[in-house]
Amino acid sequence: MNLPLFVIIPLFTAFLITLIAGKKDIWGVVLSLSATGALTVLAVIGFSRVSGETVIYEVGGWPAPIGIVMVLDALSAFMLIIVSGVAVTALLYSIQYIRHLSANWKYYALFMLMLSGMNGVIITGDLFNLYVFMEIALLAAFALVAYGSRAREFEAAFKYAIMGSVSSMLILIGIGVTYSATSTLTLAKVAQVLPEQPAQLIVWLAAFFLAGFGLKAAMVPFHAWLPDAHSSAPAPISSMLSGVLIKVLGIYVIIRLFFNVFNAPPVLLSVLTVLGIISIVAAGLVSILQWDLKRLLAYSSISQIGYILLGLGLGTPLAILGAVFHLFNHAVFKSLLFYNAGSIELSMGTRNLKSMGRLTERLPVTSGTSMIASLAISGIPPFNGFFSKLIIIMAAVAAGKFWLSALAIIGSVLTLAAVLKFQQYSRRRSVEVESTGETTGLAMNTAMLALALICIIGGCLLLPGIKEFTLEPVVNVISGKLQYIQLVLGRSL
Amino acid sequence: MTLYILCFVLFLVGLYGVITKRDLIKIILSIGILGYAANLFLILVAYRHGAVYPILVENADRQAMVDPLPQALVLTSIVIELGITALLVALAVRLFQKYKTFDITKIRRLRG
Repeated sequence: MNLPLFVIIPLFTAFLITLIAGKKDIWGVVLSLSATGALTVLAVIGFSRVSGETVIYEVGGWPAPIGIVMVLDALSAFMLIIVSGVAVTALLYSIQYIRHLSANWKYYALFMLMLSGMNGVIITGDLFNLYVFMEIALLAAFALVAYGSRAREFEAAFKYAIMGSVSSMLILIGIGVTYSATSTLTLAKVAQVLPEQPAQLIVWLAAFFLAGFGLKAAMVPFHAWLPDAHSSAPAPISSMLSGVLIKVLGIYVIIRLFFNVFNAPPVLLSVLTVLGIISIVAAGLVSILQWDLKRLLAYSSISQIGYILLGLGLGTPLAILGAVFHLFNHAVFKSLLFYNAGSIELSMGTRNLKSMGRLTERLPVTSGTSMIASLAISGIPPFNGFFSKLIIIMAAVAAGKFWLSALAIIGSVLTLAAVLKFQQYSRRRSVEVESTGETTGLAMNTAMLALALICIIGGCLLLPGIKEFTLEPVVNVISGKLQYIQLVLGRSL
Repeated sequence: MTLYILCFVLFLVGLYGVITKRDLIKIILSIGILGYAANLFLILVAYRHGAVYPILVENADRQAMVDPLPQALVLTSIVIELGITALLVALAVRLFQKYKTFDITKIRRLRG
């Protein structure tokens, strides 16, 4: 398994697109789709091989504490599958959607650049390397948010870029503190050295990293940029940002640092729990008040991120299983909902719920898939979102925290109210709706139907016999905590 | 210790600028100051009193050396900040074309 391929393929494709796609736009589509397809296959192969063992790649042949290592364990392989899977559907969706915006090939180049940054964050085992890849992904994301070239897009991108830069500086200082205390930047080595240091050090480091990565994950006190950025970006980019980017740069890094490096001290877990429950309720309430469809979905993203944090904060294996599963599910149905919003905008020329209607006659595929995604996100039984929310709430009850589970159920009701508002207004027959004359083509419908299918059958991942190969290895990596040191350094020491 | 405190003050100056200034260009400059504070902190971490530059010379006495790794990190982070600043300035230029002002209190079409 050649780990650098996960970074090399998208990075190389990004520059290849700028070189040869300048004349014919079709090359951008062909190159980026084949590259993400290859990445998905590689990620699935990686995941099937990795359960049980960890793959290490030493960059330049230098062993772990000296050189930079790349680490593929079950958690990173799981994240790689989510990223490349959503990227394939986003590119399929983009073929038609991006055509009405200018300079196609720049879009595909930036998209691949963002992908290489995210893949780099996932597989690297070195703290500063993680920072560099994070900045690559962010830089591409800032540019993609502004891609529509209208006033409000620039405004959102500027706000996002300023807040992203401030949080990056906090992370950089956190990296400086880590290095001065432990004299190393390899995550596994840091984890090995940290227990010998004074206990307050972990609190200081956690404060820097929680503020930095918490802003990227858009937990509630740090969420102000998200509704603007995610609602202003083109629809496929909204789905990448909301479905994948906040999870990779925020949740994944927090899992890696707090569980595998800091050994999840109880005080950090309770901070995550509190932030999670505030995110669920506050963002859920605000999302009901929104009239812009994409802003409604963006606020509901913050609320769903809260469920993942709540599951992580509870810290029991059952709760972590729920958090990991909800992470996967949210990537699927939130991407799908943003595609639906994009289709509606393409066909009716509006994102305002008050001027929508007649969705079922106008766009049958969008109507059906949006119903499936809405039911899944609000946790209605046969769909995947039901199972992950149920597990998180059951874990809260099992941990004896009844008011947490009560608030989580209230949050679920708030989500249901928000998406029902979307369903209600988009299906009205009483209004006359403007039409732009465009409708969703084959590629857009394929992308939406594929994700809707995963929403329906996603619950199967929990069946005994399948769970052992899919979710269990990921949960083992997270709840194994400091076993990460053994996995990474065991071979090279 | 004084140096660390001054470095922290520099960071606070940058943060103050980002939060209170109303001019896009001044906000971008404040982001730059934040970056300088972070880089200065990394260099301070690597500094050893009375140490020499970290190059091994044959037949020379072994002396205490400063730590070269954070210096390499700072070079990388300076390049990243250059990229971010260029993007921010480009966005500011486009914002000026759309709104005819650099004042953020007048650039408020997004709410929420």
